[in-house]
Amino acid sequence: MAAAGAALAPGIENRLLSPPNAGRIRCSSSAVPARGALVVRGAALSEESRKNRSSALKAVAVKGEAPNLTTAKSGHEILLFDALREGLEEEMARDPTVCVIGEDVGHYGGSYKVTKGLAEKFGDLRVLDTPICENSFTGMGIGAAMTGLRTVVEGMNMGFLLLAYNQISNNAGMLHYTSGGQFKIPIVIRGPGGVGKQLGAEHSQRLESYFQSVPGLQMVACSTPYNAKGLMKAAIRSDNPVILYEHVLLYNLKERIPDEEYVLCLEEAELVRPGKDVTILTYSRMRHFVLQAAKTLVERGYDPEIIDIRSLKPFDLFTIGNSIKKTHKVLIVEECMRTGGIGASLRAAIVDNFWDFLDGRPECLSSQDVPTPYAATLEDATVVQPAQIVVKVEQMCQGLV
Amino acid sequence: MAASSLASRAVASLSPSISTGASRDDAGSSSVVGFHKRSSAFTGRRVRISSGHGSSAAHGRRSCVVAATAAPVKESPLKIADALVTREEGLELYEDMILGRCFEDMCAQMYYRSKMFGFVHLYNGQEAVSTGFIKSLKKDDYICSTYRDHVHALSKGVPARQVMSELFGKATGCCRGQGGSMHMFSKEHRLLGGFAFIGEGIPVATGAAFNTKYSREVLKDLSVDAVTLAFFGDGTCNNGQFFECLNMAALWKLPIVYVVENNLWAIGMDHFRATSVPEIWKKGEAFGMPGVHVDGMDVLKVREVAKEAIARARRGDGPTLVECETYRYRGHSLADPDELRKPEQKNKYAVRDPIAAFKKYLLENGLASEADLKTIEKKIDEIVEDAVEFADASPLPPRSQLLENVFADPRGFGIGPDGKYRCEDPAFTAGTAEV
Repeated sequence: MAAAGAALAPGIENRLLSPPNAGRIRCSSSAVPARGALVVRGAALSEESRKNRSSALKAVAVKGEAPNLTTAKSGHEILLFDALREGLEEEMARDPTVCVIGEDVGHYGGSYKVTKGLAEKFGDLRVLDTPICENSFTGMGIGAAMTGLRTVVEGMNMGFLLLAYNQISNNAGMLHYTSGGQFKIPIVIRGPGGVGKQLGAEHSQRLESYFQSVPGLQMVACSTPYNAKGLMKAAIRSDNPVILYEHVLLYNLKERIPDEEYVLCLEEAELVRPGKDVTILTYSRMRHFVLQAAKTLVERGYDPEIIDIRSLKPFDLFTIGNSIKKTHKVLIVEECMRTGGIGASLRAAIVDNFWDFLDGRPECLSSQDVPTPYAATLEDATVVQPAQIVVKVEQMCQGLV
Repeated sequence: MAASSLASRAVASLSPSISTGASRDDAGSSSVVGFHKRSSAFTGRRVRISSGHGSSAAHGRRSCVVAATAAPVKESPLKIADALVTREEGLELYEDMILGRCFEDMCAQMYYRSKMFGFVHLYNGQEAVSTGFIKSLKKDDYICSTYRDHVHALSKGVPARQVMSELFGKATGCCRGQGGSMHMFSKEHRLLGGFAFIGEGIPVATGAAFNTKYSREVLKDLSVDAVTLAFFGDGTCNNGQFFECLNMAALWKLPIVYVVENNLWAIGMDHFRATSVPEIWKKGEAFGMPGVHVDGMDVLKVREVAKEAIARARRGDGPTLVECETYRYRGHSLADPDELRKPEQKNKYAVRDPIAAFKKYLLENGLASEADLKTIEKKIDEIVEDAVEFADASPLPPRSQLLENVFADPRGFGIGPDGKYRCEDPAFTAGTAEV
């Protein structure tokens, strides 16, 4: 069963992960078609990806499933923040143009320890402690990226990046386009977001909601040490501006990850648990709430298929579509607010693409449209809880919605 | 050399009246208390660029230079020419300013003939700043501009054809027609934009300067010594990004020069109505960098200051803030009725036309003849006409171009329901609204 976890946030599942085949996905960096037509991807790449996609990760450790003991010994256990750090460190060692810019990333080691030890190893210029000026240091990261570096900009909390919206929208998102393809902006913008434990409204925001409309940005959300490291590496290697959303409450999640190097695919979703009754699409912290709800659902005889969409923009319509074609029911569980969140966009995409395969409307559980209150009872009421997920799935499977 | 250079250069000024800055008196509302007393300090002082902390700005005494230029200086042409500029340099500077002026005038014509659209911001009157600074750069140096960027692009070497095509929205434009007037970019000529929001280019410029430092100190590539110039206006100097970047650049001694083109107006907002301390050059000292004020209508003065600031950056001594006192002869944009600026002010600056002044200088000092200058003017006319013809004849961007540059890596469009990346689908590049 799941190994004893250390310092887990309540409601968050810990699980053994056997080395997945999917982990070997490598998206080779293409030659940048600077000003010409879209590169027509070679057939080889998509076939390879499709093959890897279809071999699912091992499902959540449902009661009764024996762990794979031989594989359990390989790899190393790691906490999520450290997995991010490992990915970042590997990329910095591999490519000297990779650098980190942010508040307290250097000597302090990062507010969430994601950059711990890196300044000592790589120097103060590669792990740059900035003054408190998000718009300007994000813009500086963009200018550095335009001229040849690969910058990783940390928002100490994603909410602070509201101050950098000017730069993220106009320069990270749009500058490749307005320059006619002359300048690329290989920047990674990352940081912790989401609803924490009584952090107050301003520290509990879901910036994926706000940035998703900006054209030219890619957005991914990590949820486990395994995908955190793989997505960090992929984001750094990408020539596109990528926003990597981490969650304040997931940094101490523990998991066993491969010793060998791996890079995940930015555009792919992760099949967490195959099933046939209903498709549950989720990401970030809600993945773990869904898994918790799944335990109850499985006990009650339901068979949910759980997909961590990981790629918030663009959506992996292949993985999502295949699932919907199988189950004909879809539930989105997200932490964004009801209005204008990732769920809203995902529902629209599902209706547009898979209408004929749906037995009912795509359901969505989102947070309340409320500034996250400080009081614990109110805060709990703003976000989706596992019990609500159970109720909703039961209703859907019984044809009550 | 640095310490006395500015003082001595100022002696051989183009026109005595410029350096006293008396013309600022009617620059706007005199309701600011002590304005008149301030104005001469504002414009009359020549602050020396030094590599140390805190310029002489704090001293509060008027530079003796002012007194020296109160009387017209007549020195032998040969001596002045040797001291300031050679014939070749002079002709290059002249040609660049004429190109800027002629191009912008043509833009106005083309706009009113519906060949170019949207917001077009012309640079007439400010040519000395662009020419004086950008012609002092090396090819590898970077510049970063604002929406008033046509002439910066031209000075940096972007062909007039490419700029005009971009303005016409044609596929042959420097940004394939996707940027427009306010978004001129050139990777080849190291023009980092073209920005519509004031202030948002300053951090980008600061990042390019950071890259130079990084290349030298982390990548150990000492062949990289690119300096970056950031151009922006008086209105921007009340914006947060301005101050935030001054701080960071000084902190890390970035190789950058912040060039303020103070033309006194931010659309219809008088600089003195918007700014508690109108002397922008003073703000450099608050961040530990030299703040220099220069007459932006005098290309030779701008050039002298530029050379020194650029050299300072290149040798690793850090940033400089240069305030260029200048003026735009046209409205903020071609859509601006320009009703707030008084005729007296406009006339005051009209007689300080940088091109006319420099022409006079070249002729009086025997650096060029009328014929030489006419040849240049004719050449530029032809270049600009050719640019228009080229732009006219160029094709509009096809529909298929719509999505090509959204991502550097088009996998960013994602994976479609069929399992293939969207960008592998030929129909996708047709660019319909369904993505």
